Amino acid sequence: MFVELLISARARGLSVGIGEHLTLLEALSKGVATDIDGLYHLGRAIYCRSETEYDAWDLAFAETFQDAKLPPDLRENLVQWLEQAAEREAKAEGDWTHLDREELLKKFLERLAEQKERHDGGNHWIGTKGTSPFGHSGHAKGGMRVGGAGGGRQAMNMALERRWEGYRTDRVLDIRDLQVVLRTLRDLGRVGRVELDLDETIDQTAKNAGDIEIVERRERKNRLDVVLLMDAGGSMAPHARRVEQLFTAASKLDTFKSFASYTFHNCIYRWLYTDDAQRDRMPTHEVLANLKPHTRLVFVGDASMAPYELFSGMSWPGEDALSGIEWLRRFKARCSASVWLNPDPPRLWRHPTVSAIGGIFPMYELTVSGMRDAVKTLRVPV
Amino acid sequence: MSFDAFAGTDDYIADDGLLASVNAAIALRRPLLVKGEPGTGKTMLARAVAASLNMSLLSWHVKSTTKAVDGQYTYDVVQRLNDSRFGDADVSDIRNYIRLGVMGQAFASDERVVLLIDEIDKADLEFPNDLLRELDEMAFHIPELDETVAAKHRPVVIITSNAEKELPDAFLRRCVFHFISFPERVQMEQIVRVHHPRLDQALMDRALDRFFAFRKTTGLRKPPSTSELVDWLTVLSHAGVDVESVQTGDPFLGVLFKQEQDLVAATAPKRRTLY
Repeated sequence: MFVELLISARARGLSVGIGEHLTLLEALSKGVATDIDGLYHLGRAIYCRSETEYDAWDLAFAETFQDAKLPPDLRENLVQWLEQAAEREAKAEGDWTHLDREELLKKFLERLAEQKERHDGGNHWIGTKGTSPFGHSGHAKGGMRVGGAGGGRQAMNMALERRWEGYRTDRVLDIRDLQVVLRTLRDLGRVGRVELDLDETIDQTAKNAGDIEIVERRERKNRLDVVLLMDAGGSMAPHARRVEQLFTAASKLDTFKSFASYTFHNCIYRWLYTDDAQRDRMPTHEVLANLKPHTRLVFVGDASMAPYELFSGMSWPGEDALSGIEWLRRFKARCSASVWLNPDPPRLWRHPTVSAIGGIFPMYELTVSGMRDAVKTLRVPV
Repeated sequence: MSFDAFAGTDDYIADDGLLASVNAAIALRRPLLVKGEPGTGKTMLARAVAASLNMSLLSWHVKSTTKAVDGQYTYDVVQRLNDSRFGDADVSDIRNYIRLGVMGQAFASDERVVLLIDEIDKADLEFPNDLLRELDEMAFHIPELDETVAAKHRPVVIITSNAEKELPDAFLRRCVFHFISFPERVQMEQIVRVHHPRLDQALMDRALDRFFAFRKTTGLRKPPSTSELVDWLTVLSHAGVDVESVQTGDPFLGVLFKQEQDLVAATAPKRRTLY
């Protein structure tokens, strides 16, 4: 039974193994938990390492002990259950690309109103794993995703985004490990204030038969300029916040001489945004003009979008419209060291827009090892 | 249970989850890592555990400059150098210049103690990693003396974090984790009762109403927490504020809100409903 709990917890994304399992058994043998409530609390204390994992624990526990109760409010319940949906290999069966967004949204709301219960599979109701255009982890083309992480990746829009509700976050990257990697990005040069070189002073003083000989040198200072450009829209929202935290923390650690971050939605167009909510913005050409040739550019994004979003100009009527890919090429031409970090695993990179962007910027997976390779690329002296 | 179990104390209210976590940590002889909003009683927990288990408490308050070795021992080289010049003390014995840090004292203690490592996230990124071996083996080596200080009795280790920095995975794996969530109203009333046993019930109800309403106000930089509520009630009862004006007049809000913007944000929506 406890092995099943372990397997279920791992399936929910908790990074636990045989060690935690044995620890739990040890605690049980010492009589820490005597009833099911006790077991719940004890297991949580051992299996979770952060309050963000509590939700996953709840699910794993409920699944294993089969007393998962559904809350009375259907709407709440619906979103919640959609969030739990399992990832699956994409196999497209329904094609809904002929509908535009408004139609989709309208149909979605209609269907939500009709629907009375939870639904998995099938081709009509909002649910999981089906070929209806609405729901989660579905395989319908051009449909609409409801909450949660996308499995099938065909959704054009995300209704009911509630990823950030409560404490739940999906641990895509471990900030700490990445921070350690980022430290290697430092490019130190002796350009700072004059300071006492203690070792050398002692050395020279000793050679000087004890007569004090002061040796000075310049302080080491960072010379690296870094600009971070992040896709903060839709499916990227959960990643963007973490990445921003990561780089902000790194810049606080004096890793960089200067650091700026901008966000965009899907791809870069005329404007770049300077805040999370995408209200304060700057013209992209201005940002581009201010970049120094030796500035390191770090893009973060899943790079997967509808092809027209990358290859054709996106603008209001009457405005000049450079395509997203053209903007990206300009960034590449401006700065010689740049990388693209992709939070998606490489198996999803066969997507046409991902490979197009991968052709411009060296692309790395947003993991510790990918980051390490990216840092190597960025470290090249320019 | 085959070990000394913690059951809360008269002046510390703990929920089942917290009790289970503390007891798991004691039984498994692992450090207990406690996270939670400021003011949810993380540091108080260590005191309560010490009191309940009848052990003494050693606190190591971590600062941004704290190094792992500080908790083990310090070697006062400057004092020794100074003494050697003036011949005041016996310089030949290094032992005279080695002082055990808080962790060292906990290990060397003849009785089992509770060791609190407070706000571990304040220190450098590498700090928790530097403690791994010490917490695993409950021993450390002093190269200057070529001696190993090993714990006579494994202390009950309680570590608190405000989640300012992420802690390393290797460190987390060795800990029993507990997140203290903000108390629900019923539990909050119990907690307040511990501090104000003779408080008028009507005043308590009104104050709690206002308090939980304030916490729901969006955009607060620092929502008021338990300790602020307790302070607020102290002020209200001392000043003899009548029950009705707690609801309408918002007296002494400075106790609840430490930042000017929060004070403005908390009171603004209420005025709108009055007119």
